[in-house]
Amino acid sequence: MEVHVRIPSSLKKLAEGQNVIKAKGETVGKVVQSLVETYPDLKERLLDQQGTIRRFINIYVNGEDIRFIGGLETPLKEGDQLSIVPAIAGGALTGSS
Amino acid sequence: MIRIPRSIYQRMVEHAKRECPLECCGILGGREETVKRVFELSNIEKSSSRYVMSPQEQLRVFKELDEESMDLMAIYHSHPHTIPFPSETDVEMAFYPEVTSLIISLKERDNPVVKAFRIEKEDILPVEIEVI
Repeated sequence: MEVHVRIPSSLKKLAEGQNVIKAKGETVGKVVQSLVETYPDLKERLLDQQGTIRRFINIYVNGEDIRFIGGLETPLKEGDQLSIVPAIAGGALTGSS
Repeated sequence: MIRIPRSIYQRMVEHAKRECPLECCGILGGREETVKRVFELSNIEKSSSRYVMSPQEQLRVFKELDEESMDLMAIYHSHPHTIPFPSETDVEMAFYPEVTSLIISLKERDNPVVKAFRIEKEDILPVEIEVI
């Protein structure tokens, strides 16, 4: 089954210049796996050393945050729209909150 | 170079003042170096030294920018107590190195200073602001 994955311009140079990628997979996790296999440069940006999604990467399926609908196990259907959106974050001081 | 209409520039500064002592954050959308719209977003950290934009609001703004054929031109946030220069946190969290970062310093409360940069992992490059 095929889904469409939208990535921001900051990542598209790592995916041969595409900002919408067609990918296959039955769950979000499988699609992410397929993406990093096809575009290995994306791997470091999306996954940590344990192979889990980095804390500051948000993934949405048809606008729903996957954290609230099943995480990487979220099932997908033909034509679903995934968005991979790195957080926008920062702040004045290092290591404080 | 980034061109910012005076009304949007003032709204950004007012946003920073209103949220002070907490950091504020937002997005500027536009085309061809000129800002057309400002989006104030929530800082879900509610902190005076860190910010994380609300992911839901961020996604909504990205969608709106797409619908209006506008680019994500700049990301802004405030430094309520420090100078307008990217901190180590700003560099570490620069997930959008191709986008201009604006920092509004309220170190001198009556004299807010706004500076713009491109924040890359290896480099911090100043960007000229033209208020139009």
